[in-house]
Amino acid sequence: MLLLILLLPLLFLPGPLLLRHAPRWAVGLASLPPLIAFILLLQLLPTVMQGQVLLYQFDWVPELGLTVALRLDALSALFALLITGIGVTVMYYAHHYFAGKPEAARFYTLILAFMAAMLGIVLAENLIFMLIFWELTSLISFLLIGFYGNKQISRRGARLSLFITGGGGLALLGGIILMGQVVGSYQLTDILAARELIQNDSRFPWILGLILLGAFTKSAQFPFHLWLPHAMSAPTPVSAYLHSATMVKAGIFLLIRLFPVFSGHESWFYWVAGIGVVTLLVGSFVAIFMHDMKGLLAYSTISHLGLITLLIGFGTHGALTVALFHLVNHALFKAPLFMMAGVVDKAAGTRDLRQVNGMAKHFPLLMLLSFIPTAAMAGLPYLNGYFSKKLFIVESLNGPHSGMIATLIPILAILGAAFSVGYALRLFHNTFFNGKPVDLPNWPPKKPSSWTYAPLVFFAAACVILGLWPELMLHGLIAAAANAANVSSDLLIPATSAPHIVSYDLSVIQDHPWLSLISAVTFLGGLAMYSARKTLFAWHAKLPNLNAKDHFEKLMQKLIGWSQDAVHMVENGSLQRYVLYLLVTALVFTGWPLIGLEIWQGERELMPIDAMTAGGIVLLAAMALAVSVLHHQRITALLFTGATGLFITIGFARFSAPDLALTQFSVEVMAIMIMMLALSFLPQTSPHESSRLRWSRDVVIASIAGIGVALLSFAVMTRPQSSISDYFLANSVSGGGGTNVVNVILVDFRGFDTLGEITVLAIAALAVFALTRNLRLKDRPNHQQNEYWNGFAESHPLFLRVLARPILPMALLVSAYIFLRGHNLPGGGFIAGLITAAALSLQYVACGIRWAHVRMLTQFRPLVGAGLLIAGTTGVGSLIFGKPFLTSWFGHFELPFIGEFELATALLFDLGVYVTVVGATLLILANMGRLMTIHGPGKEIG
Amino acid sequence: MEALVAILLGVLTASGVFLILRARTFSVVLGLTLLSHAVNLFLFSMGRLHTNAPAVIGEAAQHADPLPQALVLTAIVIGFAMTAFVVVLALRSVLELKNDHVDGVDKNEEPI
Repeated sequence: MLLLILLLPLLFLPGPLLLRHAPRWAVGLASLPPLIAFILLLQLLPTVMQGQVLLYQFDWVPELGLTVALRLDALSALFALLITGIGVTVMYYAHHYFAGKPEAARFYTLILAFMAAMLGIVLAENLIFMLIFWELTSLISFLLIGFYGNKQISRRGARLSLFITGGGGLALLGGIILMGQVVGSYQLTDILAARELIQNDSRFPWILGLILLGAFTKSAQFPFHLWLPHAMSAPTPVSAYLHSATMVKAGIFLLIRLFPVFSGHESWFYWVAGIGVVTLLVGSFVAIFMHDMKGLLAYSTISHLGLITLLIGFGTHGALTVALFHLVNHALFKAPLFMMAGVVDKAAGTRDLRQVNGMAKHFPLLMLLSFIPTAAMAGLPYLNGYFSKKLFIVESLNGPHSGMIATLIPILAILGAAFSVGYALRLFHNTFFNGKPVDLPNWPPKKPSSWTYAPLVFFAAACVILGLWPELMLHGLIAAAANAANVSSDLLIPATSAPHIVSYDLSVIQDHPWLSLISAVTFLGGLAMYSARKTLFAWHAKLPNLNAKDHFEKLMQKLIGWSQDAVHMVENGSLQRYVLYLLVTALVFTGWPLIGLEIWQGERELMPIDAMTAGGIVLLAAMALAVSVLHHQRITALLFTGATGLFITIGFARFSAPDLALTQFSVEVMAIMIMMLALSFLPQTSPHESSRLRWSRDVVIASIAGIGVALLSFAVMTRPQSSISDYFLANSVSGGGGTNVVNVILVDFRGFDTLGEITVLAIAALAVFALTRNLRLKDRPNHQQNEYWNGFAESHPLFLRVLARPILPMALLVSAYIFLRGHNLPGGGFIAGLITAAALSLQYVACGIRWAHVRMLTQFRPLVGAGLLIAGTTGVGSLIFGKPFLTSWFGHFELPFIGEFELATALLFDLGVYVTVVGATLLILANMGRLMTIHGPGKEIG
Repeated sequence: MEALVAILLGVLTASGVFLILRARTFSVVLGLTLLSHAVNLFLFSMGRLHTNAPAVIGEAAQHADPLPQALVLTAIVIGFAMTAFVVVLALRSVLELKNDHVDGVDKNEEPI
C-alpha cells in the first residue's frame, strides 16, 4: 500500500505527455494519482491516528545498508495528505492557468515527478533513501523554476536555488552519514531511539550543524532564504505548490522528524529558535516593501517558515503541536493567495503592486475569496490563522527559556506578527482598492472563467472551518502527528514546561490575561505601518540595493573563470607535459612505499661475475646511454637502439631463457626495420630545443626513475624466491604434455592470457593497416631532404635478390621445425611465426613490394582472422567435452617408421598463435613498406 | 652480477624516461623501445638470475622460473605491435600536422 502511494505519480508520469494535445484528458490523468493517493491515505488514517507505525521494507543494496523502507505514522500521513491534497487543487488550477497550452503537459509531468519525490521524503524510513528523494526535489524544483528556460531571469533563479538547496543537500548527506555511523543504522526507528547516543557523541556538533544546514537551506531560513524570492520566476502553480505548500516544508519536516533526537539540547534551542526568529522578522519586514505580488508572498512564506522553525526550536511538545497546526494553516491560506496572484497576473499582465490597484471593481468574487486567506494570514478572528498566531504568542510567552531571552522572544514575536498584519494589508488593499490601476499591460483586465475560482473556494472554506472549529485538526490529526513526531516525549520535555499534553488545550487563549491586548497591539501596529507606507517606501528606496542574484551571478562568473584558468594551467594541450605528469605521479606512488624499505640486499647468494657477461652488460648500458645522448642524430640513435635490443637477446640467452632470446631476436630485426622505414619520412635530426632548465629537470626525473628501478630490482633479485612456478614445473609434463615449460604455460596453463595477447597483436596490426591506408608518399614533406632515401626506394641489389629466394624455403623449414618442437624444446608458435614473417618480409626487401605481393598466396587480414579463429575454436572445443575453456588434451601415438608421436590440442592452439603472428607482422611490415614505393601505393595490401 | 644487472636496468630506464620526455615523436619512439626493453628485463629479473638452467624439463638439473619468461615472451611480441602502432601514429601525425612535435604545434621552427 505504501509503495503504491509512492509509485502512483510515477506510474502516471508519461500520461500527460502523451495526451498533451488533449488538455482536459491530460489534467484528468495528472490529477488521478494525487486523488487516489489521498483517498488511500484517508483509509489508512484511522490506523495511524491510534499511534501505529506502518512499515514496509525490502533490501535494496544490503551491502551499503540501503533498503527501500517506507514508514507511515501520523506525522508522515499529515504531510502526505497535504502533498496529495494540495496537489489535486494545483493540477486543477494549472489547467486554467496554462489555458490549454501544450506546455501544461510538461508541467504536469514535472509536478507528478516532484510529488513522488516529496512523498518519498515524508514516507522514507531509511534516511539515505530519504536523501535521494530530497535531492530529487531540489532537481525538479530547478527544472520547474527554469520552466521558461528561454528567460534569463528564470535560468538564473533556477541556478541560485539549485546552488543553495543542492549545497544544503550535500551538507545533509554529511550529517546523515555521521549520524548513521554513530548509531550504526540509517533506519529512522533506530535513530529516533538513539537520542542519548547521538547527543553524547563527540561528533554531535557536526551532526547537528550539517543537518540543520540541510533543513535551513531547503526551508529558506535566514540567510539561505535568498533563493526563494528568485524562485518566483516559476509559473504560479509551481510557486503555490513547491514554494509555499510543500517543498519548503521539507526542511521543516526534517526538523520535526528528528525532533526526538535533537530537541531539549541547548544548541538546538539556540540555533533553531534563533535562526527561526531572525527569519520571521526579516521575512515579514522585507515583505512589506515588495512591489511584486509574488515577491511579497515569497517573503511572507519565509517569515511563516521562520515562525514554524522558531516554534520547533522551543523544543516543547506544545510548541511542536502549534508548529504543525500553523504549518497546515499556512499551506491552506498561502496556496490560494498565490493562486490569486496568478489570476491577477494573467488578467492584468503584471504583478507589480504599483500598477495593480482597484481590482475590486473588476473581480468582486476574487476579492471576496482572497479576503478570507488574507485575513487568515493576518490572524483575524474566526479564521484558522487566528488560532495559530495566538497559540504562537502563548508558546513564546511560555517558552522553556528564562532570563533576557524570555522577554526578548515574545517581543520579537509580537513585532513579527505586527509586520505580517502590515504586509497582508498591503497585499489585499493595494490589489483590490487603493485608487485606480496604473498603466496595466492588459486593459481592460481579461476575465478568467469562473471555474478557475474553484480551488479558491475550497481553501477559503477550509480556512473558515478550521477557524470556527480548530479542535477538528488540533485534537485530531495534529495531536496524533505531534505524538508520532515526539515518540518518546516523556523523556524529552524539560521540567520547566507543561507535562506531556496529548491534546492541545485551547483554553490557554481565553485564560491568558494579556492576549487580547497583544492582539490589538499587533493589528494597530500593522495598520500604522501600512498607513505610513509612503514614508517607509521612500526610506527603503534610499537603502543600497542588495540584489543577491547579481552577487551570486558575479561570484559564479568568477568561479567559472577560476576553474577555467585552473584547467588550462593543468591541461594545456601539451602531450609532453602530460607525460611528465604521468611519470611524476608514477614515481611518487611507487617511490613512496619504497622509502621505508630497510634491507636493500636480501639473503640470496649473489651470482659470481664473469668477465664476458660483465663486459656485455657494460657495453649494453653504454649503448643505452648513447641513444639518449645522441638522440638528435636520429639514424645513429636508431642503430644504437637496435644494438641494444640485440645485446638484450644475448642477455636472455645468458640467463637461461632461450625462448626469450629467440623471440627478442626475431622481433628486434623487424622493429628496427619498421623504425627505419618511418625515419625516411621524418626529419633526420632533432633540433636542440629544450631549455637548460627543462633539460636538467628531465635528467633529474630520469635519474630518479633509473635509480628507483635499479634499487627495486636489486632488492628483489637478492631475495630468495618462492614462486607459483613450482606448480608449472611439476605439472608441465604430466598435465600439459610438454617439457618446455614456458611454452606449456603459454599454450596451456595460461592459454587464455595468450589468446588475449594475440588479439591485442591483431588489433594493433589492423590499426596500422587503417592508419596507413590513406597515407601517400607524395604527401611526404620536403622531398629534397629525403633524397638519400629515395635513391634506395626501388633499387634492389642483385646479390640480395638472388640470395633471398633460396633462403625462403630453408627459413620456412626452420620455422616449421621450431614450431613443432616448441612444446618440448625452446620454440613455439610465437617464435616460428616471427621467423616465417622475417623470411617473407625479406622477399619484400629484396625484390620489391609489387613483385613479392603478387606472389603471396593470401591476404594478411584474413590470415590474422583465421589465426584467431583457430586459437579460439581450439579453446571452445574443450567445452564440447565438458571441460573448461581451453583445457588441452594430448596423447601419444605409435606411427610406423617415425616412431612415437605426440598429438596435443595445445599444438592446434599454437598453430592459431603462429598464423596470427605471421599475419599481423606481415600486415604491419607490408603496409609500411608500401609507403616507400615511388609509383604510389598501388592496390592496398592486406 | 645482480648489482650489474640492476645498474643496467637503471640505465635503460633512465634513458627511456629521458627520451619519452623529449619533444619530437621519433625520440619518444626510441624512448618507448628502450623503456619496453627495461620493463621486459625487469619482469624477467623478477624470476631471479640463473645460469644454465633453462625451463625445459630434462635439459638441466635446475630450472629458471618459467612464469616471468612466458609473460615476457608475449610482452615482447605485443611490444613490437605497439612500437609499430606508435611509429605509424608518428608518421600519420607528421603528415597531417606538418611537424613532428609531440604537441602537434612546433613553436620553434617553420613547418617541415
